[in-house]
Amino acid sequence: MAAELQTHEHDVLVIGAGGAGLRAAIEASATGASVGLICKSLLGKAHTVMAEGGMAAAMANVDDRDSWKVHFADTMRGGQYVNNWRMAELHAQEAPARVRELEAWGAVFDRTRDGKILQRNFGGHRYPRLAHVGDRTGLEMIRTLQDHGIHQGIQVYMEHTVTSLLKDGERVVGAFGYDRERGYPRLFRAGAVVLATGGIGRAYKITSNSWEYTGDGHSLAYQAGAELMDMEFVQFHPTGMVWPPSVKGILVTEGVRGEGGVLRNKDGKRFMFDDIPENYRNQTAKDPEEGWRYTQGDKTANRPPELLTRDHVARCINREVKAGRGSPHGGVFLDIAWIKEKIPKAREHIQKKLPSMYHQFMQLAGLDITVEPMEVGPTTHYVMGGVRVDGDTQMSSVPGLFAAGEVAAGLHGANRLGGNSLSDLVVFGKRAGEYAAKFAKEKGAGKVTQDQLDAASRALFEPFDRGSGGAGGVEGPYKVQYDLQDMMQEKVGIVRNEADMQAALAGIETLKARATKVGVVGNREYNPGWHTAMDLPNLLICAEAVTRCAIERKESRGGHFREDFEAKDPKFATFNNIVKKGPDGRMRLERRPIPEMRADLKQIVEENK
Amino acid sequence: MAKATFRIWRGDAKGGEFRDYPTEVGEGMVVLDAVHAVQAEQANDMAVRWNCKAGKCGSCSAEINGMPKLMCMTRLSDLDLTQPVTIEPMRAFPSIRDLVTDVSWNFSVKKTIKKFKPRPADNADGTWRVDGVDIERPQEFRKCIECFLCQDVCHVIRDHGMTDEFIGPRFLVYTAALEMNPIDAEDRVDDLKQKHGIGLCNITKCCTKVCPEHITITDNAIIPLKERVADKFYDPVKRLFRVFRGG
Repeated sequence: MAAELQTHEHDVLVIGAGGAGLRAAIEASATGASVGLICKSLLGKAHTVMAEGGMAAAMANVDDRDSWKVHFADTMRGGQYVNNWRMAELHAQEAPARVRELEAWGAVFDRTRDGKILQRNFGGHRYPRLAHVGDRTGLEMIRTLQDHGIHQGIQVYMEHTVTSLLKDGERVVGAFGYDRERGYPRLFRAGAVVLATGGIGRAYKITSNSWEYTGDGHSLAYQAGAELMDMEFVQFHPTGMVWPPSVKGILVTEGVRGEGGVLRNKDGKRFMFDDIPENYRNQTAKDPEEGWRYTQGDKTANRPPELLTRDHVARCINREVKAGRGSPHGGVFLDIAWIKEKIPKAREHIQKKLPSMYHQFMQLAGLDITVEPMEVGPTTHYVMGGVRVDGDTQMSSVPGLFAAGEVAAGLHGANRLGGNSLSDLVVFGKRAGEYAAKFAKEKGAGKVTQDQLDAASRALFEPFDRGSGGAGGVEGPYKVQYDLQDMMQEKVGIVRNEADMQAALAGIETLKARATKVGVVGNREYNPGWHTAMDLPNLLICAEAVTRCAIERKESRGGHFREDFEAKDPKFATFNNIVKKGPDGRMRLERRPIPEMRADLKQIVEENK
Repeated sequence: MAKATFRIWRGDAKGGEFRDYPTEVGEGMVVLDAVHAVQAEQANDMAVRWNCKAGKCGSCSAEINGMPKLMCMTRLSDLDLTQPVTIEPMRAFPSIRDLVTDVSWNFSVKKTIKKFKPRPADNADGTWRVDGVDIERPQEFRKCIECFLCQDVCHVIRDHGMTDEFIGPRFLVYTAALEMNPIDAEDRVDDLKQKHGIGLCNITKCCTKVCPEHITITDNAIIPLKERVADKFYDPVKRLFRVFRGG
């Protein structure tokens, strides 16, 4: 069957339609550029809808001591100072304007008593800073951007997947992919391309991420010659569901702890008080009473240890479970029901503040969170690492290729603070859209050769030629994916060591060989087996990058924890890990020194220690 | 582990049939888990839409034993597993393949509704003051995850196919969220009557019944909008007033 190649031309092509992609598309089209927006799913279904707690912005609506400077210092401290400090600065400065802009586009945020946008406490943020809508802030954001964007003349390609980027010399000038519904190949020519593809969670078995998060953007950028940075920093969110088995990994918002929820082991002990890191000691409550007062807005109180950074809380939970002090299904208890001792009408309060958590546990686990504690454990949630970009423009090391949101690296350093992702999406989505449109306008369209198209087309349809998955000795794609997920979970997960990771590297080579041989059954129309086969190479590149960077970093920092190097080592604070495809096609790794922080920013960090 | 049979519709726009897939089922499983198990082990190419698996994205809508539901939020323990469980695509929309339907009509309908238009800001920094009580209603409507189950079950769309005349419950809720937003200054009442067919809804409340977000679609969104239309077009005093003004 000769497939006809449909061609689309745009000034700017945005790949990914979550918060970052939508914001980039809106910005680019507002400058007058013609914009194509590709979503792997239907519009409005991207993972941004899963974000619950809120978006961090120092608007100081609830605590007037807050400012961009404190937000900047919090972000750097949370990221253990390997962040791109310029991005942390821009993010803290611009987030409030991006929140206000969402309201002007129709978002309906929760309010303070005097009618301003309400802000809530979250881990690692010194003051209540997260603008939110109950526990469905991500849905509010994506719907607002979507409903604004559809009136901007953006051409949306729903259920399309990009399999390779096309280059004219050094520059990216388009993308090749297919439409999932019909299985037709598609060519997109563009003056500039913005990657906004999200994360790599599907490289792991237990994850809060959906099937889409197969590291497509990371892999596309890598294959096109761009640099990836700090891929060892994977965030394991401390609280995912652990029971029943089919929902293992689904996120339980940090907002539960922000509203006063506490973590206990099977003996009923609040174990988080046992281990408070030195750099957070004078910001952490002395006792449960002070912690409670903090969650209720007492400005003189420090935060409870449950609201320490995610990397730390996840490791404490892991420790309790390994020491045999976990809950029946291998997690710990997260209790919000206890607040009935403290406030009247606690049940209604919980239902109002955490409606989707109430709903989620009631329907999926048959558990009423206003009565009983939840069982929770760490789940793969986010990758801090990604495409290395310029902080101001979001352009990667390849001209014409931009990246924003989770697929880009830098803002979060070694660990992302909760709430800093939604703000990241809109702050840097806007910047990426603006600079991509500018780039496209200056450079115009480029040329795509027939050779590139032929190669991309061959790779796309090969799995069909190899025949039926599962039959006649030809393997189907699902088994390879599951084996990769099991291996990454076990060997490059929340606690790492040299021997396991070396074994994982060898395992990845074996899986790569298997992935090149998988076959698929059926035809091209909406064929998930084929789609999974096309996602495999992306997952494998990400898995290799994570593993290589993690081996190189012989210390523990943020989301990266090594049992063979448990301490933080100052000499590892001076560089970022960079991976790049070498001339021989193999992955190269190098240490890149972090540029020295500007004196005024250094001073802000010192003042907020 | 127990076994159960899933009778899943396989086919495309040209036609199809139910096929039985016996598979292992375990504690806590939802219908989507069973579909995934069948897909991984017996039918690699079976088409199904899904994303979040937590009832938040509204992708995995289907008809389970004849009832429109999200597959990810339907627990097997709530179904009779001694009988085959039938799973079929939403029937109000054209089939693409297996459990996947063409819902693009919904996306084009949304564009016909006038976008959010804020009134002038209350404060110099471009912000508004809004009382929390005044946003309870729009916030209820904005819980919508666009699963389109309400559209699937609506008689006007499903049985009468009036997709040119009627926007359906989802977009009446969407319009209500805009109209009841205290910051919005646009007027969509004329469109509701003339372009969007609100009069075609005869309040059978089927949409409310299937909403996985428990939005009170009919009572809180559609009826108040019908009242606004009635106020504007059918109030005898206003009608008389219009005659005199020549409007």
